[in-house]
Amino acid sequence: MVGFSYRNRAGKLPGFGLTLGYTLFWLSAIVLLPLLSLIVKPADMGWPAFWRLATDKRVVSAIGLSLGSALIAAAIDAVFGLIVAWVLTRYRFPARRLLDAMIDLPFALPTAVAGIALAALYAPNGWIGAPLAKLGIKLAFTPAGIVIALIFIGIPFVVRTVQPVLQDLDRDVEEAAVTLGAPRIRIVFSVLLPLVLPALLTGFALAFARSIGEYGSVIFIAGNMPMFSEIAPLLIVIKLEEFDYQGAAVIGVTMLGLSFILLLAINLLQRWSRSWQQ
Amino acid sequence: MRPRFLLSLIAAVLLCGATGTQAKDISLLNVSYDPTREFYKQYDELFAKYWKAKTGDDVTISTSHGGSGKQARAVIEGLEADVVTLALAYDIDANAKQSGLIPSAWRSRLPDNSAPYTSTIVFLVRKGNPKNIHDWNDLLRTGVQVITPNPKTSGGARWNYLAAWGYALKQSGGDENKARGFVTDLYRNVPVLDTGARGSTTTFVQRGIGDVLIAWENEALLAVQQFGSDTVEIIVPSVSILAEPSVSLVDQNVDAHGTREVAEAYLQYLYSPEAQELAAKNHYRPRLAQVTERYKDKFPALPLFTVDEVFGGWQAAQAKHFNDGGIFDQIYRPGQ
Repeated sequence: MVGFSYRNRAGKLPGFGLTLGYTLFWLSAIVLLPLLSLIVKPADMGWPAFWRLATDKRVVSAIGLSLGSALIAAAIDAVFGLIVAWVLTRYRFPARRLLDAMIDLPFALPTAVAGIALAALYAPNGWIGAPLAKLGIKLAFTPAGIVIALIFIGIPFVVRTVQPVLQDLDRDVEEAAVTLGAPRIRIVFSVLLPLVLPALLTGFALAFARSIGEYGSVIFIAGNMPMFSEIAPLLIVIKLEEFDYQGAAVIGVTMLGLSFILLLAINLLQRWSRSWQQ
Repeated sequence: MRPRFLLSLIAAVLLCGATGTQAKDISLLNVSYDPTREFYKQYDELFAKYWKAKTGDDVTISTSHGGSGKQARAVIEGLEADVVTLALAYDIDANAKQSGLIPSAWRSRLPDNSAPYTSTIVFLVRKGNPKNIHDWNDLLRTGVQVITPNPKTSGGARWNYLAAWGYALKQSGGDENKARGFVTDLYRNVPVLDTGARGSTTTFVQRGIGDVLIAWENEALLAVQQFGSDTVEIIVPSVSILAEPSVSLVDQNVDAHGTREVAEAYLQYLYSPEAQELAAKNHYRPRLAQVTERYKDKFPALPLFTVDEVFGGWQAAQAKHFNDGGIFDQIYRPGQ
């Protein structure tokens, strides 16, 4: 694989030009064009105005909250998603298939429904919220509530990306490690984890990307207090309510830029982990 | 299905279309806001009957509902509404200004500032009024949690804010600084800012958060009807604001559709005794004195001020209080 040049690889199958053209056309039409229209909108307001809006205290606080809670939620999803995927692939138990199917529910559920259900559950009079409130812990209507909602919508991404890798994992490798006398914990960290790491990072990136822009499920549980639990997508909605399309686009572009940088970093990390594996 | 059969079927349908109906089939799109769902469902039927009797034409009205600002934006961006019936004049003003679909003098085209039904802002408290809340100044007491939506995202919530401001202004004899302090203290007692009025009602009634919900009277009446008078009750303050949900023709759209005549009649008929009765049944305060008289138990009389009187109209109120960097934003500026 290492010895091939790009030219050789492209030449293996016929129709490279056609497929590349097709790919570029659809990528432009579906992804780049809407993004371009977003970037064009604030272009005529000039840099100083753009910068003033993008660095406004409230905007910074909201974007920080959105990115921060998305990162935390994706990290938690990565840990528990991996465990869920592990259990689903490695063990046989009753209702396993049912459980497996349930993982996809957060995909299918309208996010607003998820948000309302979570708010009802974690509110001070909810099933989980009430006992916690007695202990003096408040989850709903605080940034912690946002993280809970994001964990919920992000978990299937991790499970679904890690699961096939775990399924294809060769048992021989583990057995070889055992015969070589490696302790169990060492097998997990030196043998298994490096193998699933690229997939895990993909799952993490997907969960993270999905969480940054999430509005529907968060809005019902966040409380939406400015400078405290106000997410960036809500600020965009607020700008739109003021018929301030440019302002909304500025926050959108800022979020887009930051998300792109973070996703790029995750991609590089993934490439690095893959090369390290070889 | 054999092709010949299909062909004759199509021919038959086409023939029916050409000769079957003498009367015109008209369709209208009314773009409205959330809490009018029940009212317009009934009114659309009422108007269709009236129009059929008057002209013989069949009119089908579709009404779309959503947040008032969101609906206004949809029309600006090309939703082909024939009429708009929104929560506040500002949203229709924005439409006139941004899209030019509506002339800027739209408010003077129909009686009563183009607001055929009104409402006001009242309080919803828990059964028995445990926190003893009777008027606006009770909302400022420490330990009282107030639920109201974010006026930046909810058109309805702007009326709540302005009602509080107007009360404080009256109390202090017109002192703007006092009013500002009053509203700032009030919002300090707000633990959750929902994005819309229905969200706030849910937070208050179902999540059990807060001691008092500032709400439109029609929403409060609906909540009492829905959740029962053994859970919540309505408190009418000493003074409040006259909330005027406004209606307008979307001139360029009706001219393009050729529906001006029926759309105008649709809005004018809102002022008829039948429609006013329907509005009252759906918890909106009617404009017509004879209908108001019949519902005076449901809608207690209280001194009401208007946005025009106290704030010099919606444009001025919006610019001063709710726009970016306005007084509402300053309440939440850190270190103040």
